[in-house]
Amino acid sequence: MNDTVVEVRGVDVELAGHRVLSDVNFHIEAGEFAGLIGSNGAGKTTLLRLMLGLVDATRGEVLWPGDAREQRRVGYVPQKVNLDVDVPLRVCDFVALGLDGHRYGLRRRTRATWQRVDEVLDAVEALDLGSRRIGALSGGELQRVLLAHALVSRPELLLLDEPLANLDPGATQDIVDLLSRVHRRERVAVLLSAHDINSLIGVMDRVVYIANAHVASGPTDEVVRPDVLSALYGHHVDVVRVHGRVLVVTGDVSAVAVPEHPDLVVE
Amino acid sequence: MPHWLVEPGLWSNAAVHTGVTVGVVVAVVSAWVGLFTVLRSQSFAGHALADVATAGGAGAGLFGWSPLAGFVSGAVLGAGAMEAIGVERVRQRDVATGVVLGAATGLSALFLYLVSLNSTNSGTTQLVLFGSLFLVSSTTLWIVLGVSVVLSLVLAVIGRPLLFASVSPDAARARGVAVSRVAVLFTLVMAVTVGLSAIVLGSVLSTALLIGPPASALRLGRGLAQTAFASVALGAAAAALGVVVSYDSFYWWPSHRALPVSFCVVALIILELALVNLWRWHGARREAA
Repeated sequence: MNDTVVEVRGVDVELAGHRVLSDVNFHIEAGEFAGLIGSNGAGKTTLLRLMLGLVDATRGEVLWPGDAREQRRVGYVPQKVNLDVDVPLRVCDFVALGLDGHRYGLRRRTRATWQRVDEVLDAVEALDLGSRRIGALSGGELQRVLLAHALVSRPELLLLDEPLANLDPGATQDIVDLLSRVHRRERVAVLLSAHDINSLIGVMDRVVYIANAHVASGPTDEVVRPDVLSALYGHHVDVVRVHGRVLVVTGDVSAVAVPEHPDLVVE
Repeated sequence: MPHWLVEPGLWSNAAVHTGVTVGVVVAVVSAWVGLFTVLRSQSFAGHALADVATAGGAGAGLFGWSPLAGFVSGAVLGAGAMEAIGVERVRQRDVATGVVLGAATGLSALFLYLVSLNSTNSGTTQLVLFGSLFLVSSTTLWIVLGVSVVLSLVLAVIGRPLLFASVSPDAARARGVAVSRVAVLFTLVMAVTVGLSAIVLGSVLSTALLIGPPASALRLGRGLAQTAFASVALGAAAAALGVVVSYDSFYWWPSHRALPVSFCVVALIILELALVNLWRWHGARREAA
């Protein structure tokens, strides 16, 4: 437990009378890269919001052994931000909000603040974007900036909600490689939610697989197996490996859905 | 000052001094508050608060109270009603705004009808709906100045959390910002600002000062400080020039009937917006070439 950043213990969550999470148990260790994998609507965002204290558990608890939550040592990259093209906010100002956006008052930003902003923009390879308007960035550029915004306060744990959604395969790989480098350089634990496990296989230390409101957690090879996932889904599930890619196949053999690829139905 | 630009007697007229001062001060606060209003997509709420201010102003006219007190208290009560119905989510906010808008318009119609029945209140309807900057008293001037300073200070203190909550509410919550409380406080600031603006332009046109200058400034500035400066400058220029044009227009026709100040200010705000768009369009064409 000494190296545990966060532990989710026996948690149930109900939203509008519907049970979204049931008896969820897992933990994240310091410096670990974990993938929170599940199909759309599986409860990934709810789980992240629970960890951030934005959703209440109906049972169980989220434990922060090092008081990381209380000390705000959690960085968060939300799925959505309200950024129109016209928003008059430079990238460097937006990143600085991650450092002092919670503070009331009239204090001017110090040189140390701007140095940290430049440092973290450099870490996510976006230093040249500093003076651009944030609403004018491309999807890949915006993900880098959101990552810098979450990292700027030197968090112990970084929670990322579907940062790979809406990115093309090339941009997805760029962001995953960048995350892997940043995670090692900043020595920050990462929990990243995604519906496709494949782009993360090479970088994950742990998978937190969510299905049917339940969670299985552990090293990828121990979790992404037919017996574990069948127990999780409540019916038989196959795990197929093709050319180094993993496909989790549910349903009968005449028409199967692939949770990681909601649009793909194999007949 | 050249005679062709400013008619004689402008600067020696006390009513003009008061009008220009009130107009510029209110324009500065409105432009500053309006920038956040536009950023938070609350323009519709701002418009609805103006309509609630109409009910407040009309009620004040009916009972013989100060128009400023009526405008401000009406708008603040409207903001409270919106908050009570629910303003956190965009759809809730729209529904709450629509409900309050409908109720306020009905009350305005009733109060203005009752006002019109009394022949001694014949100018009240005109004053409530379209304002009368040259009739602002020196007492009202000081109240407007004091309230404007308080509004600016409140906005400066909550500015950073408000901006954070506006662009990324979940990240702001996760960082410890009391997003709902900041939103309520801002809605109150917006309500009081709309009430002040109603003194300058009347309640019907008061949203023009809140939305017009920030809308132009958003097309000019790169960062927030630059955009805020542009918004304030455009708002103040429209208010000051509007008073001058209105005063000058008295001499334009043999009938000696001046154009309403509210019309002149709004016309200048629209002119600014058109010029900024033209400038942007021209810049885009040059870039493309």
